[in-house]
Amino acid sequence: MKKVPAVRPQGCLYDPRISPGLTEPYSLRLLLITLSLGFLGLFLVLPLILVFSQALQKGFAVYLASIADSDALSAIRLTLVTAVISVTLNLAFGLAAAWAITKFRFKGKGIIVSLIDLPFAVSPVVAGLIFVLLFGLHGWFGPWLSDHNIRIIFAVPGIVLATMFVTLPFVARELIPLMQSQGTDEEEAALTLGANGMQTFVRVTLPNIAWGLLYGVILCNSRAMGEFGAVSVVSGHLRGLTNTLPLHVEILYNEYKFAAAFAVASLLSLLALVTIVARSILEWRLHRRMTVDTMGGELR
Amino acid sequence: MPGFGLSFGYTVFYLCMLVLLPLSAVVVKSTGLSWGEFWTTVTSPRVLASYRLTFGAAFIGASINAVFGLLVAWVLVRYRFPFSRFVDALVDLPFALPTAVAGIALTAVYGPNGWIGSHLEAIGIKVAFTPLGIIVALTFIGLPFVVRTVQPVLQDLGRDMEEAAASLGASRVQVFRCVIFPELVPAILTGFALAFARGIGEYGSVVFISGNMPMKTEIVPLLIITKLEQFDYTGATAIALVMLVFSFVLLLIINALQRLTSRHLADTGW
Repeated sequence: MKKVPAVRPQGCLYDPRISPGLTEPYSLRLLLITLSLGFLGLFLVLPLILVFSQALQKGFAVYLASIADSDALSAIRLTLVTAVISVTLNLAFGLAAAWAITKFRFKGKGIIVSLIDLPFAVSPVVAGLIFVLLFGLHGWFGPWLSDHNIRIIFAVPGIVLATMFVTLPFVARELIPLMQSQGTDEEEAALTLGANGMQTFVRVTLPNIAWGLLYGVILCNSRAMGEFGAVSVVSGHLRGLTNTLPLHVEILYNEYKFAAAFAVASLLSLLALVTIVARSILEWRLHRRMTVDTMGGELR
Repeated sequence: MPGFGLSFGYTVFYLCMLVLLPLSAVVVKSTGLSWGEFWTTVTSPRVLASYRLTFGAAFIGASINAVFGLLVAWVLVRYRFPFSRFVDALVDLPFALPTAVAGIALTAVYGPNGWIGSHLEAIGIKVAFTPLGIIVALTFIGLPFVVRTVQPVLQDLGRDMEEAAASLGASRVQVFRCVIFPELVPAILTGFALAFARGIGEYGSVVFISGNMPMKTEIVPLLIITKLEQFDYTGATAIALVMLVFSFVLLLIINALQRLTSRHLADTGW
């Protein structure tokens, strides 16, 4: 007599593509899903909800007032300026580095690629420290700078430099694998047909890498606006002068102005949410899974 | 191909100015100390306590992430449930959320009056302003690493070996232990190492929740900042050099692990 296999309970988690012997029992699946959602809820969702609820706890008027505060506005302005400068320069660098690395053969390519990765491996605090050692009052160029009345540390240029350092790898790391996989055929065809270097770059290469470029810029911008450790070392925390948004959050929090601190923090959280959404859409557009080393791989 | 001179020259110039020159300042500044002075600075009791705390908390945080990261990756790849795409995108939150925001939010949730902290306090567990708080912050920060390294490997893992094992009579537990898990080990280790490396350098999310008491809850990055604020530049630089060396060693280990992961995939027909 043949034994008839017992009918398994099938709920909404039933996947018809997989035979029951190749997956876990329903109860175990439910348990694993609950466990992982519980973990993510405790560590990700609760803090995120808290930011917005604390920001609005004293009402919408207080919320708006803390954002429209003159110190907050100047922090927003400085954050935007810093992000625009560092993203632009790192974008130009990323394009140049990816072009040199993927279109030519030369010795020492591995060293250049590792150097591009290096800022991800360095602690943000150390990233700030190195610029203090160079441009601080007792640093290598400190005496010369103070003779010529130029301030870098505890001023805007230091903030921009530290941000440039920590966001350096983003665009390059995004473009190098992309341009590597695309090869040089199309560019060579354009050149044979008489296009000059600039035309080839603008008309052939750029359209091919546009989405990858945008992806890198979004990640670079998110980090540039949110950087805390490195900027905190070089900024000097002068209210209204050298305060970026994350530093402003810290100051308000340390002054026990919690509603205001969380109001400003909610702006940064919105930026993070927009970044995540844009990223999911672009990933779908790029038809590939992201790898840890593109964002945050930073080892930041 | 045109433009080699320009692009190569600009790349090397930019890297030298922004990366090599500043980092070399740490090494040069440290040589201002004699070997003995350097050694006393980086092994004073307060510094040793902060190494122990930083490496210990980063290790525990990365271990928690190795377990739960595997679980989350497994659930996202293998099971279908409502809002799974939304959950998948949410995993990246620690990468995108500025660390200072994460710091104050975690402190508020796990603090004595927080949504979770108050309940834990009632049963005698203090989280905020203790080493436990540092572990919470580092768990948050390292969360995406294991998920994002295990996920693609799990996705590319063919079902045929599992089918073969099952048809030969292996139980589900045996299939997982002997067929699936060994394939995932290099990816889990890579994710663990990435989370650990990130954890030892982390500053923003930790300073708010840690309480910053010397010898007890003072992490290494904070100690560097404290020394800087006291204008002890050589002391700060010496500790920074130790951290840099650790980071580079970890970077080498991670690169080796990543090569292992891709070769492993190549072996399984990818």
